[in-house]
Amino acid sequence: MAETDRNNLIVYCEYEDGHVADVSLELLTKGRALANKLGVKLEAIVLGDKLDGLEKELYKYGADVVYKVEDKRLYPYTSNPHAAVLINLFKEIQPQICLMGATCIGRDLGPRVSSCLHSGLTADCTSLEIGNHTDPKTGQNYSDLLYQIRPAFGGNIVATIVNPDHRPQMATVREGVMKKEVYDENHKGCVVKLDAKKYVKDEDFVVEIIDRHIEKSKVNIKNSPIIVAGGYGVGSKENFNLLFDLAHVLGGEVGASRAAVDAGYIEHERQIGQTGVTVRPKLYIACGISGQIQHIAGMQDSSIIISINSDPNAPINKIADYVITGDMEEVVPKLIKYYKKNSK
Amino acid sequence: MSLNIIVLAKQVPDTRNVGKDAMKADGTINRAALPAIFNPEDLNALEQALRIKDANPGSTVTILTMGLPRAAEVIREAMYRGADGGIVLTDRALGGADTLATSYSLAQAVKKIGNYDIILGGRQAIDGDTAQVGPQIAEKLGIPQVTYAEDILSIGDGKVVVKRRLENGVEVVKAPLPCVVTVNGSAAPCRPRNAQRLMKFKYAVSESEKNGLKPEIAAIVEKRPYLTIKEWGAAFVEADPEQIGLAGSPTKVKAVENVVFTAKENLCMDGKNDAQIEDLVKELIANHTIG
Repeated sequence: MAETDRNNLIVYCEYEDGHVADVSLELLTKGRALANKLGVKLEAIVLGDKLDGLEKELYKYGADVVYKVEDKRLYPYTSNPHAAVLINLFKEIQPQICLMGATCIGRDLGPRVSSCLHSGLTADCTSLEIGNHTDPKTGQNYSDLLYQIRPAFGGNIVATIVNPDHRPQMATVREGVMKKEVYDENHKGCVVKLDAKKYVKDEDFVVEIIDRHIEKSKVNIKNSPIIVAGGYGVGSKENFNLLFDLAHVLGGEVGASRAAVDAGYIEHERQIGQTGVTVRPKLYIACGISGQIQHIAGMQDSSIIISINSDPNAPINKIADYVITGDMEEVVPKLIKYYKKNSK
Repeated sequence: MSLNIIVLAKQVPDTRNVGKDAMKADGTINRAALPAIFNPEDLNALEQALRIKDANPGSTVTILTMGLPRAAEVIREAMYRGADGGIVLTDRALGGADTLATSYSLAQAVKKIGNYDIILGGRQAIDGDTAQVGPQIAEKLGIPQVTYAEDILSIGDGKVVVKRRLENGVEVVKAPLPCVVTVNGSAAPCRPRNAQRLMKFKYAVSESEKNGLKPEIAAIVEKRPYLTIKEWGAAFVEADPEQIGLAGSPTKVKAVENVVFTAKENLCMDGKNDAQIEDLVKELIANHTIG
């Protein structure tokens, strides 16, 4: 067993407007479960400005230790300073696992940290587990490694990656892939305030932010209980209006497959799947979606799935509860019509 | 002001158009069924490089790719579109590399090139979708990185100003040169091949491709040095054998599974049968799924 194995698990937490990002809370929830399994502490780290009181939210999601690094220059995020803090802190506390959101920040920061520490990093994991490993060549046994499970090759295969000899074992996870759950309202941890000057040098602040416009996303497909999604088979931007009509009468949102986004039928922020959002609505209506694995990975946990497709053998039909074989241009208006007729 | 620009490009299997024959019966990938293409976002990066070159006469655009010898194809393609030349980093010893070993190898090649002002590359390659190699190369070279770039707004006086496209907004940043910039698919598409350049570079070949040439073409290539695509190995870029290939990769693939979804029992109906569709809607209303 590697000597670092009793070391802790740390989650890099992002925050904007005084709120911790959902993806960070989702990772704390997952991290708590993994830390319990390993019998170690769950740590969180937040870098930025005005971090007062942030720990209360992090404790609820299971954090035992909250590292705070406050410096005006650490917000908004830039690569080198955040990387410097993590690299220097990790050399000191040697976490065995580090999790980050697969966001524009996590996917910028993770590789830089992992390169410097020569630790492995797996991007966009869809599942994280603890398990044992035997090296097929040397026969060496490793216990309690982090299984970093992710789709590869456009989602056609699922690979389990391990990182036997290097620490921390690093992984990023997209927002919505893990579930966010309060661990314990009364859970209490402790705050460790770190002196920013000890971890980051003035020379690290090399990239200057000249202008910044961050908007809350207008589209909220992740939390919508009903999703009407379209694929390449929808055929045009205009036909997507039919899906908007159906979503509107049902009180849902419109989603799309990667093929529909690539074809320019609809904006990227509505993309569902491995490289988009993961959703778990109570009703998922798939229109003209063939069902590439990369899409199915992002919606298979929907409670009820209806597939409308002119191809009766479309792969998505296998996981659908109801299959309507026909042209979506014809079927979607009928759904609207009969809904209006039968609902009160 | 002339600039030395390096563009990182990768030849990738076209995973976006995976057909029914892409997977073999045993669950492994049938690579032969997938066409090898220029990684899409690397083309966006090439366009940004060519724009810098257009605005700064005398600049050079060098393509750096790591892969099999046939990856010379992406360099040729880039030359048709405006690049000056390129290097294929190819060696059996580099095989099986994860992103970290890949970035180390590419960083060594960049050091060998020596003189560079800016390194551009696509945000990520479609065969792995990791987006890790760009930032890791920046770290290995000890230079800053700007990821998710959508437009290079200006370059000069040792600085580059870049518009970044983030999940929910945009950011404009100024970074010192040299730095690594990774470019998003939302950036301007790459210009097409130029007919004159196509004629000029159609015989461009790598060292290993020279073997199969007809004598008259070999003579042309010999006479025109710009037609040679360089081929470098691990030893030439002074790569530490411990840090390349499978041995230099901290991450190991423990298992690979073909994705199989268990089929559910489902209810099939015909889109033309209105009664069936109305019954479905009624059922969904009755069980409070909708309404």
